[in-house]
Amino acid sequence: AQETQLFSLVPAVRNPQKSSDLPVSSSSTSLPMFRNKTFSVRRRFSDFLGLYEKMSVKSSLHGCVIPPPPEKSVMGMTKVKVGKDDPSSAEFLERRRAALERYLQRVVCHPLLLQDPDVREFLEKEELPRAVNTQALSGAGFLKMINKASDAVNKMTIKMNESDTWFEDKLQEVESEEQQLRKLHAVVDSLVNHRKELCGNTAVFAKSMAMLGNSEDNTALSRALSQLAEVEDKMEQLHQEQAASDFFIFAELLADYIRLLGAVRGCFDQRMRAWQRWQEAQSTLQKKREAEAKLLWANKPDKLQQAKEEITEWEAKVTQYERDFDRIGVTVRKEVLRFEEEKAKDFKGQIVKYLESMLQSQQRLIKFWEAFLPEAKAIA
Amino acid sequence: MMGYLSVSLQPRAVNVDLQTDATLQVDISDALSERDKVKFTVHTKSTLPNFKQSEFSVVRQHEEFIWLHDSFVENEDYAGYIIPPAPPRPDFDASREKLQKLGEGEGSMTKEEFTKMKQELEAEYLAIFKKTVAMHEVFLCRVAAHPVLRKDLNFHVFLEYNQDLSVRGKNKKEKLEDFFKNVVKSADGVLVAGVKDVDDFFEHEKTFLLEYHNRVKDASAKSDRMIRSHKSTHTTALLRILLHHYAYYCTTTAPLRILLFFLKVSELFEKTRKIEARVAADEDLKLADLLKYYLRESQAAKDLLYRRGRALVDYENANKALDKARAKNRDVLQAETSQQLCCHKFEKISESAKQELIDFKTRRVAAFRKNLVELAELELKHAKGNLQLLQSCLSVLKGDT
Repeated sequence: AQETQLFSLVPAVRNPQKSSDLPVSSSSTSLPMFRNKTFSVRRRFSDFLGLYEKMSVKSSLHGCVIPPPPEKSVMGMTKVKVGKDDPSSAEFLERRRAALERYLQRVVCHPLLLQDPDVREFLEKEELPRAVNTQALSGAGFLKMINKASDAVNKMTIKMNESDTWFEDKLQEVESEEQQLRKLHAVVDSLVNHRKELCGNTAVFAKSMAMLGNSEDNTALSRALSQLAEVEDKMEQLHQEQAASDFFIFAELLADYIRLLGAVRGCFDQRMRAWQRWQEAQSTLQKKREAEAKLLWANKPDKLQQAKEEITEWEAKVTQYERDFDRIGVTVRKEVLRFEEEKAKDFKGQIVKYLESMLQSQQRLIKFWEAFLPEAKAIA
Repeated sequence: MMGYLSVSLQPRAVNVDLQTDATLQVDISDALSERDKVKFTVHTKSTLPNFKQSEFSVVRQHEEFIWLHDSFVENEDYAGYIIPPAPPRPDFDASREKLQKLGEGEGSMTKEEFTKMKQELEAEYLAIFKKTVAMHEVFLCRVAAHPVLRKDLNFHVFLEYNQDLSVRGKNKKEKLEDFFKNVVKSADGVLVAGVKDVDDFFEHEKTFLLEYHNRVKDASAKSDRMIRSHKSTHTTALLRILLHHYAYYCTTTAPLRILLFFLKVSELFEKTRKIEARVAADEDLKLADLLKYYLRESQAAKDLLYRRGRALVDYENANKALDKARAKNRDVLQAETSQQLCCHKFEKISESAKQELIDFKTRRVAAFRKNLVELAELELKHAKGNLQLLQSCLSVLKGDT
């Protein structure tokens, strides 16, 4: 039943026709809680950031791995505004579109987030008020924000002593995987660059082969060389597409998970903060009790009443914060397991997609060379 | 690291389609690569009476091949032939450097990684080695197949004399002399090329060869660059990603099916990587080497045209001198003799040059055909291999979910 629900809402993001327009978020769903089966709305990039902002401060979602939105890249955006129509800005737009789409897909995959009214509003409502408070996100970027919060938690003096090492061990695993993925991302980046270089060199070679074919005075050989030049041209296109595949499938996958792991770290930090709040409340309660004892001894009955009230207040807080801490612990455990399953599925899915693109590549390659072979054999 | 490497090879004329003639068969049956030199075992089988035995071998080094080539070039009698281009110097520097760097970096990588890289680099070294042997062999086969050059005395000495020919490399003075000779030649070349030929055949050949040579040069350089990029774009990177992820998952409590998934994909990429390496190597052999060879051959053909052009200029000058002598009625006989010699030389060169250039075209077309067909067949073979691997892996992976 869980499985079918996950695919009951499919969000997509389309790029606008004109660069001045906003991206379009369309969703199709069979879920009864939505008014229509399909609906489209226009959203600004800052709206996506705003959605994240809203979700990240909800106490009901504390401990959840909230998918981070894509980074705002100032340089890329400027090019688009100027109206430059070159391939790199087209690439940037496509990259952002795909990233926004993946972001929404991850949000709606999460059972709690799908129920969230802000999420529904984002998907359905015609006009959204402009999001404020997205400066931290868009300026410094998501990971910087997470790391700053993490540092603040670590600076707090009270350290946790845990009987259950699950949290400590898991956090370490998460941190080391994040480092691994960073290294791997660098490797994929260099692969993409190498392939682009191969592209360029193949195109140049194809041209020189065409020239050679032109000056060859044996007719059949001349034709075959021109054909070879065409094959090499087609190879260049294949390399180009393969590079795009490497990038969009792998590099972006790794980049997403580097940030998602940051979000997971964020959950652990939230749990830490919940614990610290509980501890601080306990020490405040202790201080209040000591103050009450002092008052009893000093025999000041009017102040005593206030002290007793404060103690009751803080006792309630301590109970509340302890409950919060336990609850967040449960949530984090569940979330981490859910996240790991999603990650495994995601990686598998992307790898299968990549292999399929490789397969198509090889099939096209075979067609090119099969067409060329008789030309080569016809040389006399 | 690479002490020496000894390889026994099949005789194989790579870029030329030559008739093997029972009267004289030459091949390189063995080769030894030492620190800074390569020793080729030149093996000859012959029914000609010129040789003491019917089958014999000698050991030769690169410098001796160059000596032989240069002796052909300097021989006036061979002015009317395309002199088979000299094989390029064996160059293992780049490969050796890589192997050395690997040795230095041994501590910084896992044993498995190190072994794999070492195998790759050794295979590269071996490939370069085989290539240089093939190029030296082709040179000898071309000479042996040529109706006139095969009878050359220096060639017979090269094949038979079982001592070192003591041909030390050219010293500085000789190298400078060569340099100036080439400068003069190219200046002359410009002069001679400017003169329009009476003979249509040669006029056409001149125009054709000048353009063809330049374009082959360009294509050769660009094919080298493309193949170099191809070599460095393996899916090695992706393989590493998968292996790392696989290793990571091994340390967590990930379910078995996930581990198996990554293991299968890693295995796939290991195999496709090997195929990709083969593709780059085959392109190198069938395309890049072909272009390089015809770059050298077309240069040799141009040199022939140049020599004919020089002979024509000498002939025309002799004519002018004869006219002058007749006008002054002085040294007429001398001028007549000189003019006849020049005429004879020019006609002899023209006659053989015509045939040589026709043969060159035939050889060229045949070699391109052979290599392009083989290239296409190999590309297909590898692509089909890759396809099959991908199909079977995908069916297993998808079936498993």
